[in-house]
Amino acid sequence: MNRERVNKLLNQLPTHVIIIFTMAVWIIPTVGLLITSLRPPEAVGNTGWWTVFAPQNAGGPYATYCAECHGADGRALPQADLTNPELIAKYPRSLQLLAMLRKDINGQPHMGDNPLPSAQEAADIAAFLREGEVKGAGLTFNNYVDALVGYRGRSTYTADCAAGTQPPDIKCNLQDILNPRGMGRAFINSLLVTLPATFLPILFAAFAGYAFAWLDFKGRFLLFALLVGLQVVPLQMTLVPISRFYAQVGLNGTFLGVWLFHTGFGMPYAIYLMRNFLGTLPRDLFESAYLDGASHWTAFRQLVIPLAMPAIASLGIFQFLWVWNDLLVSLVFLGGTTPVMTYQISNMVTSLGSGWQVLTAAAFLSMLLPMIVFFSLQRYFVRGMLAGAVKG
Amino acid sequence: MATPQDISKTVTPAAVRKRPVKTSAPVPEIMKQGGLVPWLYLLPALIVMAFFIVYPMINTIGLSFSNKDGTASAATTCREGNPCWGVFENYRYALTAEFNTSSPQALWSSFWSSSYGNTIKWIVVMVFGTVSVGLGFAVLADRVKYEALAKAILFMPMAISFVGAGVIWKFVYDYGTQQTQVGLLNAIITSLGGKPVAWLSTIPINTYAIILVGIWIWSGFCMTILAAALKSVPDEILEAARVDGATEWTVFWRIMVPIILPTITVVVTTMVINVLKLFDLVYVMTGGNFQTDVIANRMYTEMYKNFNVGRGTAIAVVLVVAIIPFIYYNVRRFLEQEATR
Repeated sequence: MNRERVNKLLNQLPTHVIIIFTMAVWIIPTVGLLITSLRPPEAVGNTGWWTVFAPQNAGGPYATYCAECHGADGRALPQADLTNPELIAKYPRSLQLLAMLRKDINGQPHMGDNPLPSAQEAADIAAFLREGEVKGAGLTFNNYVDALVGYRGRSTYTADCAAGTQPPDIKCNLQDILNPRGMGRAFINSLLVTLPATFLPILFAAFAGYAFAWLDFKGRFLLFALLVGLQVVPLQMTLVPISRFYAQVGLNGTFLGVWLFHTGFGMPYAIYLMRNFLGTLPRDLFESAYLDGASHWTAFRQLVIPLAMPAIASLGIFQFLWVWNDLLVSLVFLGGTTPVMTYQISNMVTSLGSGWQVLTAAAFLSMLLPMIVFFSLQRYFVRGMLAGAVKG
Repeated sequence: MATPQDISKTVTPAAVRKRPVKTSAPVPEIMKQGGLVPWLYLLPALIVMAFFIVYPMINTIGLSFSNKDGTASAATTCREGNPCWGVFENYRYALTAEFNTSSPQALWSSFWSSSYGNTIKWIVVMVFGTVSVGLGFAVLADRVKYEALAKAILFMPMAISFVGAGVIWKFVYDYGTQQTQVGLLNAIITSLGGKPVAWLSTIPINTYAIILVGIWIWSGFCMTILAAALKSVPDEILEAARVDGATEWTVFWRIMVPIILPTITVVVTTMVINVLKLFDLVYVMTGGNFQTDVIANRMYTEMYKNFNVGRGTAIAVVLVVAIIPFIYYNVRRFLEQEATR
């Protein structure tokens, strides 16, 4: 009995190893992104994100000699904030540090009754402070604030605003979230692009899907076969004429232009899905509705729309993720005038202006909403995917 | 006693046919009213599709025979002393400009560093990678208790944009010139005593490094579709084969794979189309530099960085020509499905 269980476990071991290894490969990069986005800037550039899991040696000598008064995060004494780079810059090496520790503060010895650190220990403390690891003790949301505001100052937005050293275009109030460089503004733009660009195709596809599934007209089959072919036409094939046309009529850089483009482009797949789903509805339902004297419009509003909710949900998630995550269309039609999140991030990556901490925070911000939508409605997403061809 | 092969032979034809979904039965007689009504329902969709897909496609083909800004024939861009294909000049550029024809060896090596060679690498490695990871994981995850969690994790990247995935992996591939490596991959290598690698600028590793990100994104998609297909394989057949002494390996290759082969084909074609269109990853991770360019990114570069309408559209047409076999396949599959309904 027991031996059987052990045997079974041993047989299954390779399976478990492979699966868990794959899971690790799949999840660890994202975990790294999340942790990095929460670390202080100084720490991000100096040590890998995985070091947050290492046992905190808290700088050894720092914990012994300084933490008692200055605190583990170096901020306990406001008049001697050890996270202030300017202050730290005055004591780059053990020599300057020890000289300062020997001086009196307000007539009292700096170290009180405690012994002075040795030269080696002082050097360690200086290095510890210099690399800003005293701040590495805790995780912070500062990067998210910087990313939301699109802040490019000497220190973080919070620190600069507290010290009053922010650039002139930063007001240090809620208005900053609308800074065109920031992810806050981009988030709003992304929403403004995505919601109508999700709603319109579903509406149009519901109309057309109803016609293809339950109405009789000449060329029904041929038209639908054509539609199936159109599903895989690459975006690139249509960009140039549309952007030339938009430039002529002034639709470049407008939301309307992007909504219409996404609607047109999402149509073949949306209609395909809708028609296949609506076709599975029971026929008697429609027959009895018509016998009762319902018009097409009534049947559509009161039968089709409520019954098609699962398909609408599938389609909604697909279209939402597609538009939200799209870079090419927003790059071409919106660009920097109304930046969406993907554009903003790709800009940060290619311009190399931002450090990893802001970039990772920005990337995570852009992933937040799709992740929530995705995991809460995964069932519908999978169903839509399995329903046939998939758009890419 | 039936061997697994026999089972798969007898089972395949019936199981291959997708279980027909009951749909679009003949329209009920009573609903055949008003010749115009259907068109009213179709109108909004037909208008946007005509304007945003059909018209631009035709226009793109026209523009591909024009010059830099679409004002004159492409033939006018020919320069004396240089090879010229007349009105097909943009196609000469699209198809030959990346190749060095001075010697067969040079042609061979320039082909594999061109956007065409890279696109082929993408198709082969990415399709093979996503399908094998997806299929393997679908089969294995079926046997463990944490199946749902495992599948959700593999599937998660589908929710992430290519741009977000690009950032995630750019960070994994980060190459520090100083002693400490903040990129995970180089940190692992240095801790094992190796030398750090500049993954995204070292030719030819960089193309494969980006393809790996593609595999990371799309494997979950393949897994989900293949897992659904595997669920439809009748348990009795698998049990019968196991009772007859077939190993799990044989069951997989001789029964499961043949039965779900049609689904695998669908997944492969979908993936090839996805790869051909793929632009964002290359754009974000290397911008097509260091010989990582692909057709879709080259089209963007010609059109929106070099502002050359003729060349950009010609590359787009080349791209669509590469996709035409799949359009044909898609339509044919649709017709077959309809016939079995």
